[in-house]
Amino acid sequence: MRALLPQLLRRDRQSDRVVPRSGHTAWLTSFTAGAMTFLAVFALALSMAAGRMADRWSDALARTATVRISAPADQIEMQTRAVLDVLATTPGVESARALSDEEQRKLLEPWFGPDLPVDSLPLPRLVELTEDSTGYDADGLRQRLLAEAPGAVLDDHTRWRRPLAVAAGRLRLLGLVSILLIGGTMAGMITLAAHAALAANAQVIRVLRLVGARDSYIARAFVRRFTLRALAGSAVGALLGMIGVAILPSADTAGGFLTGLGFTGWGWLLPAVLPLLAAAVAFAATRFAAFSRLKELT
Amino acid sequence: MGHPVISFENVAYSYGGGELLSDMTLRLAPGSFHFLTGPSGAGKSTFLKLCYAELSPTAGHVTLFDREVRSLGRDDVAQMRRRIGVVHQDCQFLDHLPLAANVTLPLTVSQREIDNRDLGDLLAWVGLKHLADALPPSLSGGERQRAVLARAIIMDPEVILADEPTGNLDWEMSLRLLTLLVELNRMGKTIVVATHDMNLIRQAKAQIAARVLRISNRRLQLAGADL
Ligand SMILES: Nc1ncnc2c1ncn2[C@@H]1O[C@H](COP(=O)(O)OP(=O)(O)OP(=O)(O)O)[C@@H](O)[C@H]1O
Ligand SMILES: [Mg+2]
Repeated sequence: MRALLPQLLRRDRQSDRVVPRSGHTAWLTSFTAGAMTFLAVFALALSMAAGRMADRWSDALARTATVRISAPADQIEMQTRAVLDVLATTPGVESARALSDEEQRKLLEPWFGPDLPVDSLPLPRLVELTEDSTGYDADGLRQRLLAEAPGAVLDDHTRWRRPLAVAAGRLRLLGLVSILLIGGTMAGMITLAAHAALAANAQVIRVLRLVGARDSYIARAFVRRFTLRALAGSAVGALLGMIGVAILPSADTAGGFLTGLGFTGWGWLLPAVLPLLAAAVAFAATRFAAFSRLKELT
Repeated sequence: MGHPVISFENVAYSYGGGELLSDMTLRLAPGSFHFLTGPSGAGKSTFLKLCYAELSPTAGHVTLFDREVRSLGRDDVAQMRRRIGVVHQDCQFLDHLPLAANVTLPLTVSQREIDNRDLGDLLAWVGLKHLADALPPSLSGGERQRAVLARAIIMDPEVILADEPTGNLDWEMSLRLLTLLVELNRMGKTIVVATHDMNLIRQAKAQIAARVLRISNRRLQLAGADL
């Protein structure tokens, strides 16, 4: 196998001419490789954008929520204790603790400056809770809080993002599956084209066998041709696909998901690898087709 | 007598119906010259195909250069065909390549150098130098037959099998071809020529010790020396 690549690339004019050029299979192979690579570039961009989004949103979900307790000064300690008791017995809540005055001052500092007299202001008390991996029942918790501490409000503002993060993860997977399907389809099409070329050249192959050609020699004439065609077609497809991705509006100017579709930094190298993969697929598919076909001849 | 280059041991062949060739035993010594005759359809071409491993016997053993044909892998068969030059009855060419490229095809597929002077001499000898660039479909039957002979000997093979090589040639050209085969035989090559042409056989026997094999009633016989 290792010696095959140099042989494949070395231009052997004699053996190249041995198999006649066949117009339609050549065109079909290049076109298929080009179109499939074009699609694969978009699937790749989709997959990578979804991946970036899934990562960002999962990070944002720190699995925390806050309970805000607003009550008259004489009741606040009692209600805070009640809230902590409720949280301690709520399934899905890993831990809960009341923020100290010092922490509350830090939270408010960006808005009101460092000299805020926290003690003298009727600020709500904050309880931070951390959920475990199973999560808790937010509606149930709200009702229990209402019964035990009327001044407590559960704020779980980051929860809505969770299904989106899961969806983004699925989307990334879908993109990768699409690339595999595209690769499989291309392998299938090229196998068919190779079989058509082999069938059209049955007489040529017979003559070559009669004058002492090895199977590997005959196969190479076809494999070389199909591999180079797939490489060329795929390179054009990849280039067009990358141009297509590049002229989409940039993520920075507009924000949001669809506009975030693109490659960043080293990511641009990935679509450039697709033609090499396409060539490898064509190589394997044609070689397999050629050897299985040649075995049927004497 | 050295090791036989081709040997048949109780060989039989059938294309699926009844047996076409039965119980053939034969040893071709290196450097021998044989003619193969028999009525049309007797199985002369089939016999030659057994000699270059295009067909495997349905019974018995064919041995080429001390190797049993059935034990040969596909690459071994390819290797074997480089040592056996075949002049096919139905001259098979690559129609998209010019005559010269067709003649050098055995060199091309075995990735050997092509010496253009040798090629020129060879084409001149078979009288095809002026047609080196012609495509095979535009050649006459006789021209094709001479081209296929040139292709058969370009690898300098040890054995030459010719199936009706003079079928489309006039007498003068047939004699020229015979002279070439006799010359090749004198150089030590083993030669088998399937032919109907009794005049050709007589002419050859005047020059060398050729033996005549005959296929009749599915068997191989040594024909009388008084042809
Ligand atoms: N591939 C094949 N399948 C079935 N039958 C075949 C095949 N090739 C040849 N035959 C039959 O086998 C018989 C012998 O054929 P073969 O070509 O060996 O005869 P031959 O002696 O060379 O005849 P000729 O002198 O006309 O060239 C013929 O009856 C032919 O029809
Ligand atoms: Mg015949």
